[in-house]
Amino acid sequence: MIETLRLITRRPAGLIGLVGVVLFAAMSYLGPLVVGAPSEVNIALQYKPPSPDHLLGTDYQGRDVLAQIVNGGRDLLTIALLTALFSTSLAVSLGALSATIGGRFDAAMMAVTDVGLTIPDIVVLVVIAAILRPTSFVLLALILALLQCWFLLRLVRAQILSLKEREYVEAARSLDLGVGHIVFREMLPNMRGYIAIHFILAMTAAIYAQTGIILLGLLPLEGTSWGLMLYFANSQGAIFFRDSFWYIFSPIAAIALFQLCLVSLARGLEDVFDPRLRAA
Amino acid sequence: MAVTPVQTELGSVPVARSRTAAARARLEGIWARPITRAVLKAILTIWTTITLTFWLIRLMPGNPIDLKIDELTREGAITYDEAKVMASSLFRIDLTRPIQDQYVEYMGDVLRGDLGSSFLSAGTPVTSIILSVLPWTLFAVGTGVFLAFLVGIGLGILAAYRRGGVADGSITTVGSIVSSVPNYLVALLIILVLGVQLRWLPITRMRGAFSPGVEPGFTPEFIGDVLFHAALPISVFFLATIGHWILSMRGSTLAALEEDYVNAARARGIGDARIATAYVGRNAILPLVSQLAIAAGASVGGAVFIEQVFVYQGMGLRLVKAIDQRDYPIMQGIVLVTTVAIVAANLIADLVYSRLDPRIGRAGGSSG
Repeated sequence: MIETLRLITRRPAGLIGLVGVVLFAAMSYLGPLVVGAPSEVNIALQYKPPSPDHLLGTDYQGRDVLAQIVNGGRDLLTIALLTALFSTSLAVSLGALSATIGGRFDAAMMAVTDVGLTIPDIVVLVVIAAILRPTSFVLLALILALLQCWFLLRLVRAQILSLKEREYVEAARSLDLGVGHIVFREMLPNMRGYIAIHFILAMTAAIYAQTGIILLGLLPLEGTSWGLMLYFANSQGAIFFRDSFWYIFSPIAAIALFQLCLVSLARGLEDVFDPRLRAA
Repeated sequence: MAVTPVQTELGSVPVARSRTAAARARLEGIWARPITRAVLKAILTIWTTITLTFWLIRLMPGNPIDLKIDELTREGAITYDEAKVMASSLFRIDLTRPIQDQYVEYMGDVLRGDLGSSFLSAGTPVTSIILSVLPWTLFAVGTGVFLAFLVGIGLGILAAYRRGGVADGSITTVGSIVSSVPNYLVALLIILVLGVQLRWLPITRMRGAFSPGVEPGFTPEFIGDVLFHAALPISVFFLATIGHWILSMRGSTLAALEEDYVNAARARGIGDARIATAYVGRNAILPLVSQLAIAAGASVGGAVFIEQVFVYQGMGLRLVKAIDQRDYPIMQGIVLVTTVAIVAANLIADLVYSRLDPRIGRAGGSSG
């Protein structure tokens, strides 16, 4: 683990990504304790430019934008983490099962995977969100995970099928170590690179989809979030006021920077787990 | 497999077995063809989406049909039974029959191309509504993705040839940054910076698919107007996909540059330009061509967000409108048509790939 972290930080992309993700997580989970809840509505302070009192200015109701940014990441991050967790566990367990059981189960699983990969997930998500109006984080994360776990599932299955032929797996099999031991102790540790990278990419996909449906106004999520700030900016036309620049730019920058950090971290991990690149 | 006289003399059992074996062998022969699998996969996907939306709409708690019946009876003018009849005609579902039968009937209607009618503009078939918005989305997405493909390929080759240099570094960095930012944020940024702050773009005039006063037709005026309105969505689809093409093309060009046949061509004294096009470029583009259709298909989903931000009258905007109005037949229809579009794109990708790379068709190998 420590060795992996050391290797990630050796390259600028990985270092920037790791530091950025840690900072964003710290800001979203610990920041609200420091900054407190966003200030009350005060129309007199509407659309104030950045000043020492309000570092990022104020919004259309005179609330502090910085406080909203600090408070607005937690729900997004929690749902992204839950989605990545569900999607990775689903993909790993079903992919491993499919490869080890084989036969009809495998064929059926692959057919389902093909369908899952082809279905237009954003369109289906928008419709499901419109009908179900999911209010619980877990339900939303499950829906997102079910829509996006298929790529990793196919990758895990293919990896296990190819690892099956390796000598050390044959050795484990001839020692009669049992399927569970072989899959979890011998094979999966070899795939932790893929799995970690896909965990992070699953988070980015979840952030994209989640913010998108908030932007369309389909999630009845309460409170403060970067997506909701954008929804109000877009639906109430605030974006067309020249004074509203900081109020709208801040959540865009927050989401975009967070996505960039996650992608950089994934790139850093790719470098670590691909020894050919490391040598170069 | 032909049955020999000797086998016939040996009795009926082996004959029967060899006949079924022959049939099975033929079936397996058809099954082994990649195109059969691709078509079956396509049908399975479309069927799954239709089924998914049917059950979602019919069985979920607070499902649209019950909501519609509630809404109709609340107005007080009609009884529950009348409302039920109206709801069933709107959804093309006969509510008095067992749900399996409703499902079969619904599937039959869909197969005949009948997607029901809109709730609000009663009597307008969903198909004609979709046909009026679909071309705009396909045009914007297709143009954006295709332009990104062309430019991305060029920049990718350039980056690969200048590996490690300044050009490589800047192209790859900018490419990967642009493509990691969610596309609707790029759209919002365009409005915010270029439209509102700098006032370079007349954002409000660029809304819609074409200006109200312009007569549709093959006139320079109309085509110019259409391009004016589609320019922003096209730019966003372009920016959102170009990074992928740059990075993939760079990767596959670097791989191709190390092939033995490239060294052999160099040793034979073939010019650099010819090596770059006929030896490296051709082989490096190969894996990307099949991704083109898939990328176009995938971008159709993102169109839901982009069209909302730019108020571009394509399928995505229509879907959001249908959601706001709880016009479920249109929602069902748009999901179905989008799926068909993506499935078709994937089929084309499979076909093109097996054409371009003869090994795929012959070995009956993977299509992934």
